[in-house]
Amino acid sequence: MTSTLPAWFTERQQAARARYESLPAPKRNDETWRFSNLKQLDFAGFEMAASNASSADLIARSHGLGKTAAKFVFANDQLIHSECHVAAGIVCLPLADALVSHGELVKTHFMKQETRLGSAKFAALHEASVSNGLFVHVPDNTEVAGTIEVHHWTCGANTMSFPHTLVVTGKSSKVRVIDIFRSADELSPGVVIAYNDLAAGQNSQLDYVAIQAVNEVSRVIQINETTTARDASAKGFILNTGASWARNESLSRLEGAGSRSDMLSVSIPAREQEYDQRTFQHHVSPGAYSDLLYKNSLYDHSRTIFSGLIFVDESAHHTDAYQTCRNLLMSDTCEANSMPGLEINADQVKCSHGSTSSQISDEEIFYLRARGIDPVRARQLIARGFSVEVVERLNDEATEALVLSFIDDKFAHIASGGA
Amino acid sequence: MSLHIQNLQATLEDGTEILKGVTLEIPKGEVHAIMGPNGSGKSTLSKVIAGHEGYVVTGGSVTIDGEDIGEMSIDERSRAGIFLAFQYPSEVPGVSNANFIRAALQSRLPKGQEIDAVAYYKDLYAKMDLLEMDRKFTARAVNEGFSGGEKKRNEILQMMMLEPKYCILDETDSGLDIDALKIVAKGVNAMRSPDRGMLLITHYQRLLDYIKPDHVHVMAEGRIVRSGGPELALELEKHGYDFLKEAALA
Repeated sequence: MTSTLPAWFTERQQAARARYESLPAPKRNDETWRFSNLKQLDFAGFEMAASNASSADLIARSHGLGKTAAKFVFANDQLIHSECHVAAGIVCLPLADALVSHGELVKTHFMKQETRLGSAKFAALHEASVSNGLFVHVPDNTEVAGTIEVHHWTCGANTMSFPHTLVVTGKSSKVRVIDIFRSADELSPGVVIAYNDLAAGQNSQLDYVAIQAVNEVSRVIQINETTTARDASAKGFILNTGASWARNESLSRLEGAGSRSDMLSVSIPAREQEYDQRTFQHHVSPGAYSDLLYKNSLYDHSRTIFSGLIFVDESAHHTDAYQTCRNLLMSDTCEANSMPGLEINADQVKCSHGSTSSQISDEEIFYLRARGIDPVRARQLIARGFSVEVVERLNDEATEALVLSFIDDKFAHIASGGA
Repeated sequence: MSLHIQNLQATLEDGTEILKGVTLEIPKGEVHAIMGPNGSGKSTLSKVIAGHEGYVVTGGSVTIDGEDIGEMSIDERSRAGIFLAFQYPSEVPGVSNANFIRAALQSRLPKGQEIDAVAYYKDLYAKMDLLEMDRKFTARAVNEGFSGGEKKRNEILQMMMLEPKYCILDETDSGLDIDALKIVAKGVNAMRSPDRGMLLITHYQRLLDYIKPDHVHVMAEGRIVRSGGPELALELEKHGYDFLKEAALA
């Protein structure tokens, strides 16, 4: 990073480095790492490196929605392409630029939450190492027309990257941001430690989508921190199709009365892939609503862990909070672990949590086959439909189509036997 | 040219005998009805013809237009021209009706050939109009949240779209009010053709007021025990199935 960076940021990076080095590595008996495969946390030999891939090639491959409000392409955290058509007054910049031009604004919101779902050490490593990403600030009463799309490519063997997304919405504003994580090639192992901070201002609507489709020899830690002010609505959606191992930690803090957080996820692990999902719905204020729906379709020897907690503070009366994790077991050898949890300290609260694991029933398959659809296609249609139910909650046709294109790629990959 | 069921015998996986030698021939152009009390094996017969894997065929054969379909899988039978309208159609969450029917039609095309989407929707809408189905049903997930009547109409819609050679309708009238029954019957009657045979499975004469069968059969304890013309259904309606007990005692 250049010397024009604000002093506060440099100081925070140094402090974060020290914190990273002093924090202990997760241990088997840590509650937040129950069932986790801790061997995946050995990042020795991985380091930050400049991209060795052709930028032109990566830019050409960065197709998403087609029409966007802004589009950024990063390769190993270096900006290689940007286009921005947002209206005046909206800040939509690479984080490295925003730190220089809007330092105080970034400082107000940058990594304010305590990472409490297990990855504090890796959040510290992210903070110490982050060099770029996206910063969006939408002023009061402003709607960003279209979607902001960000592509994060990992290039070269044994590289580490630290993509960062910080989105802040003012009063009664509206924005949608999509992060897409991919690898330049299928064979180079990488480590991605991504962090996104979403601060939804009063009565605003903030939609965020993360598509994790890195190659199957890479590992990912993705930390999502969402806060909602009074009457704000935040929607976070995570798709996992890639990586050998991915850990998602998502925390929604419902700070404002009457606010809402939708926490959505679709994961389709196959072969030996492992997805480790930890969530926290923290109801701080009264009358807020949170709804979590995670769906996993597990193939082959894949494995998922879902651990979610709804936590209702003493003052958060009239909370509505729901948490559902559904696992569709597509093989006899996959493994889905679910640990739903609830802690209620307020009155007049409506909460439910549940997790189910099931296989496709013979009768359902019979029905599709009786229409001529072969058994492989029938199972695929049902599994796709299982995911579609979550995707439809995005409520935007173009975004849904983009997410579904990654889901279809994954199913095609599974049908072809993978490689 | 017929759907020919010859001395068909089938058991559950645990060996319980359900079909004890059913013989029935449905030539193209004809509509046959099977009536009979609960537990007589009517629904099992329809599932066994469709190739359901929960039953073991222990004897006899099913042929369509001379071709034995005994070795065909469920989906192969469908593509060969058998259609089963389910008594209890499954829900398929997240799969829209339009995409489901399209996948079924696509399965009938050679690899690499795609359905003409414009022609497909035109055909779909025309058939939905005939069945008085709202256009919104194309986007809704298959049978999810459908009423009993809507599910049955959806079965007939699929049948109309797939244009099978032989249709088996398993208790299509159950759960229908009179208006829905008339609409379903309109769809079925529109499908009557010299190139198609139909088998209606029903408890009640009521359906046969709207879809006139050429032949009526009575099934009991896994066998066809009586066959006759449409008048047999009226007789059953009047006297019930008691004659079966009398026949058994005699």
